[in-house]
Amino acid sequence: MKKLKIVVLAKQVPDTRNVGKDAMKADGTVNRAALPAIFNPEDLNALEQALRLKDKIEGTTVHILTMGPGRAAEIIREAEYRGADGGYLLSDRAFAGSDTLATSYALACALRNLNADIIVCGRQAIDGDTAQVGPQVAEKLGLPQVTYVEEITDVTEDKITVKRRLERGFEVVECPVPCVLTVNGSAAPCRPRNARFVTRYKYARAAQELQGADEDSLKLIEERPYLKINEWSVNDITCNPEDLGLSGSPTKVKNIENVVFQAKEAKILDSSDEAIDAMMKELIVNHTIG
Amino acid sequence: MNSVFVYCEIEDGIIADVSLELLTKGRKLASRLGTDLEAVVLGSGLEGVEKQVYPYGVDVLWKGDDKRLAPYTTLPHASILVNLFRQEKPQIALMGASSIGRDLGPRVSSALHSGLTADCTSLEIGDHEDAKTGKVYHDLLYQIRPAFGGNIVATIVNPECRPQMATVREGVMKKEIFDANHKGTVKNIDVDAFTSPEDFVIHVIERQIEKSRINLKGASIIVAGGYGVGSKENFQLIHDLADVLGGEVGASRAAVDAGFCEHERQIGQTGTTVRPKLYIACGISGQIQHTAGMQESSMVIAINTDPNAPINKFADYVITGDLNVVIPKMIQYYKKNSK
Repeated sequence: MKKLKIVVLAKQVPDTRNVGKDAMKADGTVNRAALPAIFNPEDLNALEQALRLKDKIEGTTVHILTMGPGRAAEIIREAEYRGADGGYLLSDRAFAGSDTLATSYALACALRNLNADIIVCGRQAIDGDTAQVGPQVAEKLGLPQVTYVEEITDVTEDKITVKRRLERGFEVVECPVPCVLTVNGSAAPCRPRNARFVTRYKYARAAQELQGADEDSLKLIEERPYLKINEWSVNDITCNPEDLGLSGSPTKVKNIENVVFQAKEAKILDSSDEAIDAMMKELIVNHTIG
Repeated sequence: MNSVFVYCEIEDGIIADVSLELLTKGRKLASRLGTDLEAVVLGSGLEGVEKQVYPYGVDVLWKGDDKRLAPYTTLPHASILVNLFRQEKPQIALMGASSIGRDLGPRVSSALHSGLTADCTSLEIGDHEDAKTGKVYHDLLYQIRPAFGGNIVATIVNPECRPQMATVREGVMKKEIFDANHKGTVKNIDVDAFTSPEDFVIHVIERQIEKSRINLKGASIIVAGGYGVGSKENFQLIHDLADVLGGEVGASRAAVDAGFCEHERQIGQTGTTVRPKLYIACGISGQIQHTAGMQESSMVIAINTDPNAPINKFADYVITGDLNVVIPKMIQYYKKNSK
């Protein structure tokens, strides 16, 4: 079996499960700085599927590709701690304000530099929940896609077999390689960090992270090239600048509203027999139940 | 030209509920815009399918009938839509936010460079002024959706690109017959002309789709459990109460994520939206994620140990107490009083 080159598309996302009031900027975009940044959960499921192929097929490599600010290099290190070989940080002001289509365009341009056999990503990111970037990247690269993947069951020289989890069942499909897969949260969770990899990659850094670093850090990266996290700007990919960022985004945010709870008058009860008895009688009398 | 298009999903010869809901919405949008409603059905053995969609106000049904189009695979369905949309230039295209629509929609929008908004909870027509250029756009589709874990509601517009595409989850829009006697015309799609042999490279080798056993949307009473139920075993209590009252069992995302019950029972933004006569929320704190899917219930009973749980703001009866005590008592006193 020929070794595979796998690229995992991953995103550092604000932890939307803990959103404070000041997390939105006036222009309707997200103030990411106000929230803890985490590895998008389904991208971790995707990483695990990639690492399983690496375990199975000797010589297979797994790299992360992420688009974001310098800080997003954190998730590349996190992936290295769990077994990835390295990663690429696509970072430039030109990408700011991208909707899913402009994001997919930038990622697709970066992927053309990498010649991956399999591109795998999470089904969706928890900040937008759109599930659009995976299929849009596939379309831009002219590759087939399989979404909602729960498990890669087999891979040969020219095709991959995967199980898809759907609303009311599952499907097993064969897809030619190269292809794009998007992985569901119901897939196997990602393996934890490996102590050996943590030691090895602890000082891995992207260029933005090395700005103002001391001489020792710079020397360390020079001596150990595997600690260098590749960083690409718009100049490192072949693209049409008009199709990036805000100008490349057909969707515009017209308005943002904060959700407000509406209070209504309620009867407050305790768990006493009398209270429950009275409530059940009322519900039966007014034909809500019974 | 410039019609409202709805991509209709079909399984075993039956058009999916989500598609009929979108036809209902699509009809209203088309009437408002003074244009036609056109439906697209792609599959195999589609004779007579028009009878299912005409009552929802469909003026034109585009039918692509070919053995290779069922079961659904991405590439041929995407190629047909891309070519059909290039030819017909719809101003709006809607599809279900299902595993099919969310696979197909982004692929089509990427090929056409048209904006797509996922999981809309409301669709309206309105004007838009670009803040920078001052240019005014009339009768755009407002694509309204929650974002950021449900803490905000965003209105998205596509000023320049067409079609304006949106997906909507099952159960979010209402399904209503427009006119039982409404008739449209069928136009057959030349599948070979709109696809290429390379579109048929993905093979479905096994497929098990169950008919939905769980009918949350049709239930008039729903007993829903949250993370506070504590365990999968304890979730039996929720089933017990639902059985006694003749209701259906629902769950919050937290309970589903914790493995207390199956995903099909999830109520909320990323699950089903329900409007029952009675909603009993047991051990559910009431994150927006959840309440967005149940706040239109006619009556709500909230059982929670926390007197300040957000769910209480939606409740007609707030029971502050342990659900392990309260639920058995509800069953006991229902049986006693209903005799």
